[in-house]
Amino acid sequence: MTTSTPTRSALIEPDRRLPALGGFAPGALLIELRRVLRNRRTLAFTLIMPGVFFLIFGLPQSGQSLDNGRPVTAYVMISLAVYAAMVATTSVGGAVATERALGWSRQLRLTPLRPAAYVATKLITAMSLGLLAVVIEFLVGAVAGVRVPAYVWLLSGLAAWVGSLVFAAFGLFIGYLAPAENVMQIIGPVLAVLAMFGGLFVPVEVLPDVLQQVAKFTPVYGMGVLARAPLTGDGVSLAAVANLVVWALLFGVGAARLFRRDTARV
Amino acid sequence: MTSTHPAVELDGLTKRFGAVTAVDGLSLRVQPGEVVAFLGPNGAGKTTTIDMLLGLSRPDTGTVRVLGGTPDDAVARGRVAAVLQTGGLLKDLTVGETVRMTAHFYRHTRPAAEVLERAGITDIADRVVGRCSGGQQQRLRFALALLPDPDLMVLDEPTTGMDVEGRRDFWQALRRDARRGRTVIFATHYLDEADAYADRIVLVRQGRIVADGTTAEIKNLAAGRTVRATLPGADQAALAALPGVDAVEVRGDSVLVRTGDSDAVARHLLTRTAARDVEITSRNLEDAFLALTTAQTGA
Repeated sequence: MTTSTPTRSALIEPDRRLPALGGFAPGALLIELRRVLRNRRTLAFTLIMPGVFFLIFGLPQSGQSLDNGRPVTAYVMISLAVYAAMVATTSVGGAVATERALGWSRQLRLTPLRPAAYVATKLITAMSLGLLAVVIEFLVGAVAGVRVPAYVWLLSGLAAWVGSLVFAAFGLFIGYLAPAENVMQIIGPVLAVLAMFGGLFVPVEVLPDVLQQVAKFTPVYGMGVLARAPLTGDGVSLAAVANLVVWALLFGVGAARLFRRDTARV
Repeated sequence: MTSTHPAVELDGLTKRFGAVTAVDGLSLRVQPGEVVAFLGPNGAGKTTTIDMLLGLSRPDTGTVRVLGGTPDDAVARGRVAAVLQTGGLLKDLTVGETVRMTAHFYRHTRPAAEVLERAGITDIADRVVGRCSGGQQQRLRFALALLPDPDLMVLDEPTTGMDVEGRRDFWQALRRDARRGRTVIFATHYLDEADAYADRIVLVRQGRIVADGTTAEIKNLAAGRTVRATLPGADQAALAALPGVDAVEVRGDSVLVRTGDSDAVARHLLTRTAARDVEITSRNLEDAFLALTTAQTGA
């Protein structure tokens, strides 16, 4: 074999420069997005189920109004949009667990892709799916007759979407914590409980007093309050903002630490 | 630039896992264009060595140079690529998507269609990875490794779990490729693979290199024969002095002579001594492999 023909490098010297942005590439991101949108379970839990919830739990309250005269259906719709977005972003972040369990992250270490570029791809994918989840929930609401001023659509949608970044970080945190192929089956119920404490299924005010106090410290509470504020006209309490910031920091720092542990070479 | 540096320089590599020393002061130099088989039984330290060679793990002591630089740099520049046992694939991507996605991570690659063709998986490009056989997935890993057109290709037991036909197809694809002048290092515990596809065999046992030579040289280690005879009071020194004799062992009234020239030993025994019951048995590659790679024998 060694005595054969001219060497490969004598014929063509491949481009050996490092890739830009640590290997982050829109082309790979598109394939990743397509992959997420092909996953039936993801679609069912993030794009279909929240819409169905609205039709079941929101629609029967048509005609009822909040204290400020805005429709209750909008309250339900915005809450479920937050829920849809948080499930969407968590599932994409949590997919890291699957990819670690399958050994894909090890395969990636044989390519120029830097771990930070990998996480960036995951975050953008998560936020894309989160945005899609919010938009679909709002579309279902709009078609079903929810009418609120344009700024409410915009600000509430934006708050639901941006808030779900906390759960993208949460998903990554879980993803780097446990290499399990079916991590979402474990997190799914946890998210439902958190959503309940965050007032996404029923207003926090109807919970028993003790639970109301507990709820204020759970990670969905802040983003729920912020997303509904444009609708209810209630001021945004410092506690709600602090809640969002603290949980974003906790999950973000936690994910970053586990990520560093994972990519350290032993 | 490639030609001025060895493809691989491992110097005094040691790696311990708790009380176990997986790699024990291993040094190896591989020149560009060589096709090297890393041959040894399971647990010999082959995979640990390859992990360090690729920068996937750090040696406790010793240094690794790949194409004159660090492993990380060689990987990032696509100068080294690998097919590992542990490298996983995403089950829900198609074969073609996996190749295209991986191609995006590099500055420059060969066209996806070309590597699919060279790995022999063009016909299953639209198949979801989860529906591919183990052999097909392994050829997909090979296609991924071909993408950057690496100067050095590392394969860790690439045909484990494949059937006979799958193994043959895989090696044919690799051999077609190796003719292009790429350096190839592959770990295997299949003797026939090392024999058929390598120019050079490095035998490892318990984290050390126990033999290193051209395929022909390693085969010569195995080509010797054993002459056994009944000869009370055999003169060990005289037998050991015969040309080609590697070792002489006396067991009771029997004498065993390991030699490269069994005719000379037999002639000597039958004409110059009272030896009887002379038997000549050949040792095969398997014997040499076992002798060199399992518990130390009287070699």
